[in-house]
Amino acid sequence: MAATATFRIWRGDSSGGAFEDYSTEVTEGMVVLDAVHQIQARKANDLAVRWNCKAGKCGSCSAEVNGNPRLMCMTRLNQLDLSKPVQVEPMRAFPPIRDLVSDVSWNFRAKKSIKRFAPRPPDAPDGSWRMAQVDVERVQEFRKCIECFLCQDVCHVLRDHAMFDRFVGPRHLVYAAALEMNPLDTENRARDLKHAHGVGYCNITKCCTKVCPENIAITDNAIIPLKERVIDQLYDPVVKLLRVFRS
Amino acid sequence: MLEHQTYEHDVLVIGAGGAGLRAAIEASAGGVSVGLVCKSLLGKAHTVMAEGGIAAAMANVDDRDNWKVHFADTMRGGQYVNNWRMAELHAKEAPDRVRELEAWGAMFDRTSDGRILQRNFGGHRYPRLAHVGDRTGLEMIRTLQDHGIHRGIDVHMECTIIRLLEDDGRIVGAFGYERERGRFRLFRAKAVVLATGGIGRAFKITSNSWEYTGDGHTLAYEAGADLMDMEFVQFHPTGMIWPPSVQGILVTEAVRGEGGVLKNSEGRRFMWDDIPENYRAQTAADDEEGWRYTQGDKAARRPPELLTRDHVSRCIMREVKAGRGSPHGGVFLDIAWIKTRVPNAGEHIKKKLPSMYHQFKQLADLDITEAPMEVGPTTHYVMGGVRVDADTQMSTVPGLFAAGECAAGINGANRLGGNSLSDILVFGKRAGEYAAEHAKKQKNGAVDERQIDEAARRALEPFERGAKGEGPYQVQYALQELMQDLVGIVRTGAEMQRALEALGDLRARASRVGVAGHREYNPGWHAALDLRNLLTVSEAITRSAIERKESRGGHFRDDYPDKDASFGTFNFIVRKGADGRMNVARAPIPPMPDDLKRIIEEMK
Repeated sequence: MAATATFRIWRGDSSGGAFEDYSTEVTEGMVVLDAVHQIQARKANDLAVRWNCKAGKCGSCSAEVNGNPRLMCMTRLNQLDLSKPVQVEPMRAFPPIRDLVSDVSWNFRAKKSIKRFAPRPPDAPDGSWRMAQVDVERVQEFRKCIECFLCQDVCHVLRDHAMFDRFVGPRHLVYAAALEMNPLDTENRARDLKHAHGVGYCNITKCCTKVCPENIAITDNAIIPLKERVIDQLYDPVVKLLRVFRS
Repeated sequence: MLEHQTYEHDVLVIGAGGAGLRAAIEASAGGVSVGLVCKSLLGKAHTVMAEGGIAAAMANVDDRDNWKVHFADTMRGGQYVNNWRMAELHAKEAPDRVRELEAWGAMFDRTSDGRILQRNFGGHRYPRLAHVGDRTGLEMIRTLQDHGIHRGIDVHMECTIIRLLEDDGRIVGAFGYERERGRFRLFRAKAVVLATGGIGRAFKITSNSWEYTGDGHTLAYEAGADLMDMEFVQFHPTGMIWPPSVQGILVTEAVRGEGGVLKNSEGRRFMWDDIPENYRAQTAADDEEGWRYTQGDKAARRPPELLTRDHVSRCIMREVKAGRGSPHGGVFLDIAWIKTRVPNAGEHIKKKLPSMYHQFKQLADLDITEAPMEVGPTTHYVMGGVRVDADTQMSTVPGLFAAGECAAGINGANRLGGNSLSDILVFGKRAGEYAAEHAKKQKNGAVDERQIDEAARRALEPFERGAKGEGPYQVQYALQELMQDLVGIVRTGAEMQRALEALGDLRARASRVGVAGHREYNPGWHAALDLRNLLTVSEAITRSAIERKESRGGHFRDDYPDKDASFGTFNFIVRKGADGRMNVARAPIPPMPDDLKRIIEEMK
């Protein structure tokens, strides 16, 4: 591995910005976040970056490394071509705040719009429930999500079409799927999913699945079953007919 | 007066990890308005890093378990200098707090009859940790976050508090800044709950994130509250040590709980070489019995790898010092060996320890199902913190509460794994409940503008010095080296005296720190402001550790290697003197009621 490498880092804010080159020492095992920290400590104290756990568990250090949406803390330098500058920029689907930090606040508002967990009454007098491990595991896949928002960053409905007011994005469809498939939950979110949350806008290009650092099968296991649920409940001709008679 | 935005809440919770979120939820349930300040984005706090599980005597896996056993385990682990009332409340209330999480959407792993599964952990007599693979903390913080956002709590993300505001001896609010624009914020409140976590960033090798700079400890100290047990820092025995960039990242104790063993360079399970007297009766006789224990055999006793964290850390240090360490200065942690015992072991390990598998695969190019890991101790947790009333979690300053890692008492000299997640639930709830009750009885206090002005002016000083000043990161690194070298796992009086002098020099350097640029999202500025907190907690740790002339739990003195019973009757208290200097005093431990004494005797 080369002793030094160049990092081409986007510096700027909501009014604009540009890439700046920084060269820094590279040692064994380093990840992109280490390089950013080294530059921050030695050359640019005010270089803005979000991070917390540095172990791929908190989902704070999302960025675009050589154009790929990545967690900086889990991107090893030995996987990158260091003969060329390594380009590091913030997630582009969201408004920039400063340098590598973007404004992800929309995600928190979008999540709040999803109806909360509503469990059936407990199965036992001590307030607990009985569930089979196999049922739990289906939901646990979705609950691995670390809310890094990389899936939101690459989703073309958000990134290219900016439909933030009509589509909650893959992250929140995963969240909705976790609630809908929770064996204890009694809420019905089909109507919201169709209208407010825009599940129909997803056209299954699976970009989100490809970038998920937790390897959640977002499209296959979360979004497609939700689409089916919406169709079953809101488009099934028999159900529709029944509804006409009931009303 | 410098410009700032003002917010008003009945209860202000500072910190949004498990303790802060649980406190905010409970305070809000008490019918008061609640503000929740997080240093990072919501849901990113250090609780996400907790891996192993939540200790609660639900007896789902072993029906011999109950709160009394949990209480006795916690006291034994803490070497009996714990606040026994907190240990009692914790053991009694933890099961309800876990079940409550399930009602709020948490999805724990299950037993074959569909109940919450519990696993073995160091120092716990029975399988007691409710868990979700090895990502229990994430499950917990997400559950609390998703429940909390529907409770009408005002969340202030990416906001740091730099001082508490007092009026006539009581707390009336807090003052800080938000990162995005760098603007100051004033929070008026009738009660404040500190839930800021720990101090790990005072050491070089740590499993803790940048946020862990002792903020709550320092805010409380500066406001006149007592700190307690600051000499007790937990060095978790198994952190990653190679490659250098991952040094300190935690390797969960669950690896050992699932059958992983520690070996030195000679291939010897060195943990057999030193088994403390008070754990001998509970420790397995040989490899075979230890293995059976990890596989759920109720008749078996635990392997020596599952002794308490303080002890395991010291045994690792001993091996390294004796030249029997691994190539990069640690020891080997081997879970791959279980393939001689378990069919399809590779898949079994990946299923039980998914995060560990990925962590080593991605960060160290190592497949833990095939090869042993290299591990060594890492600064993980501080048992010491704000001295609080056991039932209400109120500090010695009226209106100021503390819960979780930044509070002291429950853990004594050493915390058992899994007791942190239960601690933050049990005492987060209590802090929120009593803070709300306190707030209801209070009228708005008067905010002294001078306190705000002084804090704001001080906070802006690094900009005046600009790039010419000392670099904030350089001072932080020097502090971390110092504490690691002189006040780390093995301590001596002489070295700590040197540390104390060096801390004085660092304080002087910190006062010369300058930052370039402007106030908008400027990490250099933030690092500069955190320095004061790091220096305060480092001094508190060092001064307390100098005074404790014995070895107990997380505190080990090479010059006083034995436990001394005369030190088991009080806790060390750190308090700011009228002259501004840090004082260390002794506070006697109140006598334990007979019924609790009996429990400890019975469980010996």
